[in-house]
Amino acid sequence: MVLVAAIMLSACGSSSTGSRGSITLYSGQHVQSTDALIAGFEKLTGITVNLRSNDEDTLADQMVTEGARSPADVFFTENSPVLQFLSGKGLLATLPSSTLARTSSAFNSPRGNWVGVSARVSVLIYNPKLIAKRQLPTSVLQLASPKYKGLLAVAPGETDVQPIIASVLHTYGHARAVAWLEGVKANASGHILANSESIANEVNRGEVAFALVNQYYWWRLRAEIGVSNVSSKIAYFAARDPGYVIDVSGAAVLRLSTHKAAARKFVAFLVSRAGQEIIAHSISFEYPLASGVATVQPETPFSQLQPNSITIPELGTGSPAIALLHEAGLL
Amino acid sequence: MSSPAAPQRSRATSSTQILERGDSTSGHSTATSHVRTTRGPTALTVASTAVALILLGPLVFLLVESSGAGAHQIARLIWRPLTATLLWNTVRLTVVVTVLCAIIGTLTAWCVERTDLPLRRMWAVLIVIPFAIPDFVIAFGWASLFTWVHGFEGAVLVMTLAVYPLVYLPVAASFRNADPGLEEAARSLGLGRLSTFFRVTLAQVRGAIFGGCVLVSLVVLAEFGAFEILGFRTFTTEIFTEFQLSFNIATACALSLVLILLSGLILGGDWIIRPKGRTARTGPLAQQSLRRHELGAARWPVLLTLLALVALSLGVPIGASIYWMARGTKFALGGVSILNAGLHTAFFGACAGAIATVAAIPVALLAIRHDSLKARLMERSTYLVLAMPGLVIALALSYFAERYAGGFGYQTSALLILAYSILFFPLALVGVRASIIHIPVGFEEAARSLGQSRRRAFLRVTMRIAGPGLAASFCLVFLATITELTATLLLVPINVQTLSTQFWAYQQNLSYGQAAPFALVIVLIAAVPSYVISRYFDRLPARATAGQ
Repeated sequence: MVLVAAIMLSACGSSSTGSRGSITLYSGQHVQSTDALIAGFEKLTGITVNLRSNDEDTLADQMVTEGARSPADVFFTENSPVLQFLSGKGLLATLPSSTLARTSSAFNSPRGNWVGVSARVSVLIYNPKLIAKRQLPTSVLQLASPKYKGLLAVAPGETDVQPIIASVLHTYGHARAVAWLEGVKANASGHILANSESIANEVNRGEVAFALVNQYYWWRLRAEIGVSNVSSKIAYFAARDPGYVIDVSGAAVLRLSTHKAAARKFVAFLVSRAGQEIIAHSISFEYPLASGVATVQPETPFSQLQPNSITIPELGTGSPAIALLHEAGLL
Repeated sequence: MSSPAAPQRSRATSSTQILERGDSTSGHSTATSHVRTTRGPTALTVASTAVALILLGPLVFLLVESSGAGAHQIARLIWRPLTATLLWNTVRLTVVVTVLCAIIGTLTAWCVERTDLPLRRMWAVLIVIPFAIPDFVIAFGWASLFTWVHGFEGAVLVMTLAVYPLVYLPVAASFRNADPGLEEAARSLGLGRLSTFFRVTLAQVRGAIFGGCVLVSLVVLAEFGAFEILGFRTFTTEIFTEFQLSFNIATACALSLVLILLSGLILGGDWIIRPKGRTARTGPLAQQSLRRHELGAARWPVLLTLLALVALSLGVPIGASIYWMARGTKFALGGVSILNAGLHTAFFGACAGAIATVAAIPVALLAIRHDSLKARLMERSTYLVLAMPGLVIALALSYFAERYAGGFGYQTSALLILAYSILFFPLALVGVRASIIHIPVGFEEAARSLGQSRRRAFLRVTMRIAGPGLAASFCLVFLATITELTATLLLVPINVQTLSTQFWAYQQNLSYGQAAPFALVIVLIAAVPSYVISRYFDRLPARATAGQ
């Protein structure tokens, strides 16, 4: 039996080895868009992409530990902090200016070693049966208000919360940020969940009244279960509120990659017209960031969003946010 | 990687425990007469020591690393606010689930073994099957259908339904072996019906109840997948979250040490306070006087209760999987096929089964045939693996490969197979031990006196007779790997999915329609053979004694 399984497995393996070489992609991005992007790239170039999907923080720390042995050629993330972290460790290679020029410099690495590919925006997902729209907070600080006790859900282990915490920390300072997180923890008692997918699901099923997540979790839920089964809605904070944050998903070539040319091709593909069209049509509901392509999904157009003005360097790495979560007892 | 391994590992131990109990009550007189008092052959001692060292490697590694990270940093990580929350969550859940399982497991075992319950054979099968269904599949079934199943109450419900067979199995076996004459004697001396039940009947099986409770607590401590689905935070789920947020040895060590300490306390407590003393029948013929209690009119409520139990523990998860499969998926996610995932799973399981079984042979031989304090210590120390949840073993191996082995083996099938072999070694040992203990050394000696070499005599006599038992050990480990989730999630090689990791990926993305077929396949290939094996082990002691 072992022998048969081994032979069949090696048969599976050999069929996936392409003739034009291969790269290894570490991806923290959702499989919905990543699979479609890989398929498009393999078809166009004949280069095989080996995918390792995991939580982006795990992958980043693995790359640091792996050092020169890391098989990773490209890193593709959901959020910018983890790329800034690797950039700070000197693990990312500079990208060609032609690739960087595809995306507005506001959404790229300040050092030119990663490029913004797509974006999400933070929204409130709420269940109108449990909370009226006018009762929702208009500012992120109000999430800690005692009047929301038992109504709020939060996923502290989800990397998506790090940019929001970083933004609150940047605006209000350490002491207020910790007090705020402690209030959030008290309000979310009993609804501290593993990830944003569970949050969207629980709010929609009426288990909990509302939560702060990225917009695409709600849109994906809506697509998956059908519009008629959606009993939740989304709302935005007041314009420019520190909790109204754009999360940039980016990609980078690893400095120690042994397939740099192919790796650069893949990153260039992500921000090319073809790659951006895949994102625009994907059911990941992310906003394509490279010029000229807009999402075809029925969500608020990217240009009409009114986010806080915090910059990529100000968002920094995820470490301060994790330290705050430790301090507040959420992690 | 929830459900982790430990559930299945410990589950299997339950059958072992039954076995061991069988050994101590029935097989012992024969076994002891075969012990050579001499030291074991050097090869056997060296092999056993090597196995014990490899098994204890992860534990030693964690201890060394945490002392390297600095007592101050570890203390800071342990004494943060979250630890108190996790301790409260973990302890209250463990206590409540263990008590509920003790009650349900004991009462069902009594009904099946001691009363004239209609369709006893069928109930004996149906009650045991949930034991082979991974806890994460039961949690998925409940949570995907009912919104109110979450948090503490959800965790109590799901875990109780998933693990009560761990109490049922040893208690039922114990009822079968117990001497019914004691009950009759108590009644004839004027003790009432209820008093007899509590003071005599329960006393006869309290060792088995206790053993079952230990297994239940260990499983609850190590559980990951079910709690992740139910949104309930325990040490195991948070260790995984920490690992995801920072691939950092210090943070991983801190919470892991607390978890190992909790498991160690349970195992240590078991060795110290487990009730001792003979409750088994005094002679092979005593059991024949067993008269079953007549349920009378109580038969109907009992039947209804059992039906409800089976509907909740089996019906809901299987029904939910069929429901989600029928509803299908609107936007299919990418992933591997069931065949591809199944082949990888089978490959890993077969390798781990073979390695663990072969590694258990020297340890078992040394303990059985060359009984000495050293041999017994060695055998006992391998059971320490039980105190290490699958997640912790996987963490230790992946850090070790990366930091000290120069990345050798990191993210390869070899490391995953090694993890499974360590994780499920106690299962293999129990099976191997049971199959060797009844083989008289004299057979081998006779073969040697007829001119066979030592090795040939061993292979052609002992190993041939032990063959079926070794095969059963292999199957136990094989089945345990199929339902393993936590260690697999951490160590699975790039581009590879097993049945449980692909189920998990779909489930995490709420793609229930795609997750459901994987759940059903896992149940199908785990439940049926598990049942057959548990029957095999159940019969062993009986066959050896009363010739039934």
